[in-house]
Amino acid sequence: MAPPGEIGEQLLERHEEVNLGLLDQRFGPNIVTTTLDKVFNWARKSALWPMSFGLACCAIEMMAAVASRYDIDRFGAGVYRATPRQSDLMIVAGTVTEKMGPVLKRLYDQMPDPKWVISMGACATCGGPFPTYSTMQGVDRIVPVDVYIPGCPPRPEALLHGILRLQDKIDKMTIARR
Amino acid sequence: MAIVVDRKLGWFDRLYLPGIVRGMRVTLKHLFRRKFTMQYPEQRWTFPEGFRGVPALVKDQEGRTKCVACFLCQFVCPPKAIMIVPGELPGGNKVEKYPKEFEINMLRCIYCGMCEEVCPEQAIFLTKDYEVAGSSRTELIFNKEKLLEIGGVRPDPIMKWAHK
Repeated sequence: MAPPGEIGEQLLERHEEVNLGLLDQRFGPNIVTTTLDKVFNWARKSALWPMSFGLACCAIEMMAAVASRYDIDRFGAGVYRATPRQSDLMIVAGTVTEKMGPVLKRLYDQMPDPKWVISMGACATCGGPFPTYSTMQGVDRIVPVDVYIPGCPPRPEALLHGILRLQDKIDKMTIARR
Repeated sequence: MAIVVDRKLGWFDRLYLPGIVRGMRVTLKHLFRRKFTMQYPEQRWTFPEGFRGVPALVKDQEGRTKCVACFLCQFVCPPKAIMIVPGELPGGNKVEKYPKEFEINMLRCIYCGMCEEVCPEQAIFLTKDYEVAGSSRTELIFNKEKLLEIGGVRPDPIMKWAHK
């Protein structure tokens, strides 16, 4: 990353390139112009509040990712909420049984938009080592999944990698209606 | 049945200051200790020899895909993540079979290493790679080309098919 002074100069150069009509040249170089999309995406991706949805051994790795060694808070995704109404990321960590499925769907529906789902581990993504009648063969049968993380269970780094992938995805979002 | 004993606090304890001081002492002690957090994307573990990551196919030093499509890994795989379609090599070759298609569903795979253990040709290995998050399920079903690309070349000191 460039030192702060250099960033300011870069912004200043870019500022001179853009013609702002009436606003142009009215303010000093302490005003930064950007698009609304960028601001929203920046806000959304750097404060992902996950819902604690630990169902099996993957939850232990999720806890390890939150703890001091890996510290998921460095990416702004460490504020685990115990209610879907305050969260915008659901990390499904663990085996989802057929009986848990409706509960999961209901919790997903209760989350406010915009919302994302990370399917963590082999069990959540496709049933993993349990191709049986009682296990749901992938949570993408009931909720739309944004990032799949393989592993049994995935390492905490793998979860962080998945969150970085999700942040890249959020960066490409737009608030314009298509 | 649980018995709840209501402990009476003295005036000193009711100040809550001694509790706060005791807690802050722990906090401050950790403030001056060595930093514990690993800065993940920049800083990584060096994994030990036995680490089990993504499985991959390997070639020998002559560029031959070592797998002979014997199906042992497909049979032994506990979550049934491996799918092999065998092909026949034309006559005259010492090796008769080869995998026409070789798919490993990385989402099903539990990285147990049984495929590596059972392989009589030492053609499948577990690499140290673990960052394979994807945005769709089909993206994470690795085909033969992808697996060979991950595995690369692993020199074989014996080359048993050359001496048959």
